[in-house]
Amino acid sequence: MIVTITLNGKKIQRDIAPDTVLLDFVRNEGCKSVKRGCDTSNCGLCTVFIDDKPALSCSVLAMRADGRKVTTLEGLQTEAEEFGAFLADQGAEQCGFCNPGLIMNAIALFRENPEPNENEIKEFLAGNLCRCSGYEGQMRAILNFIEWRKQR
Amino acid sequence: MTKIVNKPVRKKDSMQLVTGQPVYTDDLAPSDALIVKLLRSPHASAWVKNINTTIAKKVPDIEAIYTWEDVDQNSRRFTCAGQTYPEPSPYDRLIIDRRVRFVGDTVAIVAGKTEKAVDKALSLIKVEYEVYEPVLDFRSALDNETLVHPEENWESLCPVGADNKRNLCAHDECGEGDIDKVLSECDVIIEHTYHTKACQQSMMEPFATYCSIDAYGRLNVLSSTQIVFHCRRIIANALGISKTQVRVSKPRIGGGFGAKQTSVSEIYPAFVTWKTKKPSKIVFSRRECMIASTPRHEMEVHVKLGATKEGIIKGIDLYTLSNTGAYGEHGPTTVGLSGHKSIPLYGKAEAFRFTSDVVYTNIMSAGAYRGYGATQGLFAVESAVNELASKLNMDPITLREMNIIHEGDIMPAYYGQENTSCTLDRCLAKVREMSDWDNKYPARDMGNGKIRSIGMGMAMQGSAISNCDVGGATIKADETGFYTLIIGAADMGTGCDTILAQIAAEVLECPFENITVHGADTDASPYDSGSYASSTTYLTGKAVETCALKLRAQICKLGAKLLGCTTTEVEFNGKEVYKTNGDNASVSLMDVVTASMCGNRIALEVTETHTSPLSPPPFMVGAAEIEVDTLTGEVEVLNYYAAVDCGTPINPNLARVQAEGGILQGIGMALSENITYNEKGKVYENSFMQYKIPSRMDIGKIHIAFEASHEKAGPFGAKSIGEVVINTPLSAIADAIHNAVGKRFYELPITPEQIAMAKK
Ligand code: FES
Ligand code: FES
Repeated sequence: MIVTITLNGKKIQRDIAPDTVLLDFVRNEGCKSVKRGCDTSNCGLCTVFIDDKPALSCSVLAMRADGRKVTTLEGLQTEAEEFGAFLADQGAEQCGFCNPGLIMNAIALFRENPEPNENEIKEFLAGNLCRCSGYEGQMRAILNFIEWRKQR
Repeated sequence: MTKIVNKPVRKKDSMQLVTGQPVYTDDLAPSDALIVKLLRSPHASAWVKNINTTIAKKVPDIEAIYTWEDVDQNSRRFTCAGQTYPEPSPYDRLIIDRRVRFVGDTVAIVAGKTEKAVDKALSLIKVEYEVYEPVLDFRSALDNETLVHPEENWESLCPVGADNKRNLCAHDECGEGDIDKVLSECDVIIEHTYHTKACQQSMMEPFATYCSIDAYGRLNVLSSTQIVFHCRRIIANALGISKTQVRVSKPRIGGGFGAKQTSVSEIYPAFVTWKTKKPSKIVFSRRECMIASTPRHEMEVHVKLGATKEGIIKGIDLYTLSNTGAYGEHGPTTVGLSGHKSIPLYGKAEAFRFTSDVVYTNIMSAGAYRGYGATQGLFAVESAVNELASKLNMDPITLREMNIIHEGDIMPAYYGQENTSCTLDRCLAKVREMSDWDNKYPARDMGNGKIRSIGMGMAMQGSAISNCDVGGATIKADETGFYTLIIGAADMGTGCDTILAQIAAEVLECPFENITVHGADTDASPYDSGSYASSTTYLTGKAVETCALKLRAQICKLGAKLLGCTTTEVEFNGKEVYKTNGDNASVSLMDVVTASMCGNRIALEVTETHTSPLSPPPFMVGAAEIEVDTLTGEVEVLNYYAAVDCGTPINPNLARVQAEGGILQGIGMALSENITYNEKGKVYENSFMQYKIPSRMDIGKIHIAFEASHEKAGPFGAKSIGEVVINTPLSAIADAIHNAVGKRFYELPITPEQIAMAKK
């Protein structure tokens, strides 16, 4: 079937099998930042935006994104760098494998709630698993980032 | 004063990681690589009577299907454990064995152009099994009439006491002093059996490998591995080809924690590519990572600990029974740490005995996981000491203060090694202070059905395997005066590329940015055992330090030649080689390097290899403050306080995150992570739905303090940190739960159901 998806600002038309999962579709299109960490919608590594709302791309068929806008970290490089630098300053990016999903969801959080408190941060990001960091460094990075944005 | 060492510089790869660049195995594999998947056994113990692939092979886009018939069943077996040759782990594997030994064992390898075709072919392979009664209970495995490895070509290369005709993967006994006499004279005896379960490393990146044939016809393996050199040997052994035919390199790794110290995925695409000469890749699903990987060894540790009524620990008698599962990877070695890295904490003990058995069963093979046996042993010994404290009505920190090992002590249970650097006493004091221990211990009733309590535990580990592990580094001075550092150690997210570059920059007195890091690649890197056993900072770090010093000497040699004097007359300050006689003659590093590229015989490149007769232990003290809901049994970890002695933290940020991450893994092991099997040997926890690793909602705050000792044998005083950090939460949380509800638990994880059922 033919789908038309605006992927990171670029309109593309592809002939896909109806059972193509969005995660595989975007990786095929070169958006390798999107990772698969599980097969039960638990890890959050595959987070993308569909029409600017975060979604688990492992659990969405690509055809559901037909006619819609899909954004991955490849399309948010400036924001990724800006926030990612704060993770880097904590050494909390560690292995990096969970980072794209986490950063996508964090960007969604900052858009929805520019100055969240610690509880709101934890709740919003609860679905983003990380096995390396113990989450503490990520929290420090997020709080520092929010503080920096306030000063700006 | 150091300039770059002990500074929290950013990881060299950080911006690439946070912007999501394609730097992992599956990102780098080209799209035309054959997809490799495995048909896995549904039985825990069976014989493949017949396997029919005729129909499966007809599926369009299928390239090849391999079964036991394609593997010489009488060929030499091998181990997938990444260890120095001759490996202590038995040679008990074939790529595809006609006998399957656990639910998930490999029955066939399928390779095809698309995932769909491969899945279809997998479903069309017809297998007829002769099903055997499996050995599932590790307590009755030894000398069971059913053997997991009855085959004649099973082989044990090292004297580890293994005997496949007894289901025995290893046996050991050691001790010092007359333990029976010492214990018989003690006022108090604590005696229990502590049971820790297998746990999954659960690194976020699954096992993944890509293989291709290079311009020389050699097998190129790009894999998410901690052990490129061991991997090369394992693959060559598995395929029965020469090691010269194999090259292994690693890209970025999405976490390892020991899982990737075993060659779990590499041999399959290697086999496919070697046979077909076509590129291929395998990426494990999470389910495969859960059912056919290399989790922690389940252990039962029997402790008998004796003390005087004043609280002086006189003797420790330990027996560990370890479950290695279907294959013996890391079986003989993990078990040793359960005693050798728990008993030495208690310096006043006059005698010890440590006996162990490691047995085969028909469950998935165990392997290396952060802590490597020390975790299990420390849960047992530290829990026993906590119980001793409460039996004597003593404060557990005070009891420790009376008993612990100090710097300069000899550690009989640690191979008689001297304790060369240790701030365990300061760690105890620090945790007491930072946790407000005296006000919180043991518990407070909050009056709302909740009880807050606190508990603690200590830990040690090692820094590399003494007289065995090898760290290697090559540094070359390159055009314009930057340096390339080439290593065989594997950065798996831990940041060793950065830490090693910090050491090099410190010695070479150059900006951190001037060090480029390359590795790990068996064709290019100097030999290194790999990143495991807490070895990289301590061992490879020392190799880097020495290597950089020698390179300085080479720079001086060429500089002196250019200045027309002898090497004794010059010095190097990182920027220029200058004459020390005060006549202001100097030549810049850039000019020295430029001169090295023209009419020159003085190499500005040095390779250094290091090993260590000592394995200086890092130490740690941890305290868990928890809140227990007495109705539901739910445990919330409000705060975790820890003080670490890892020697000099080369990069305090990275050391801190190691500690935080390790502690949360330990908390998971204490409270939720578990692998259980049904009566047919099938794993229940085959996804993150059932296998519960902590999320960010499962932890309050983790507080870390460093109490650095200075280890003379390490680079700039450093020891290790990667593993010790997982060890304290188990005993600390178990004791905190006891302090809240009045019941002791001897098995992990401790679940809400168990707590709710416990009556005070
Ligand atoms: S891959 Fe784990 S939630 Fe999508
Ligand atoms: S950084 Fe490795 S999983 Fe989060």
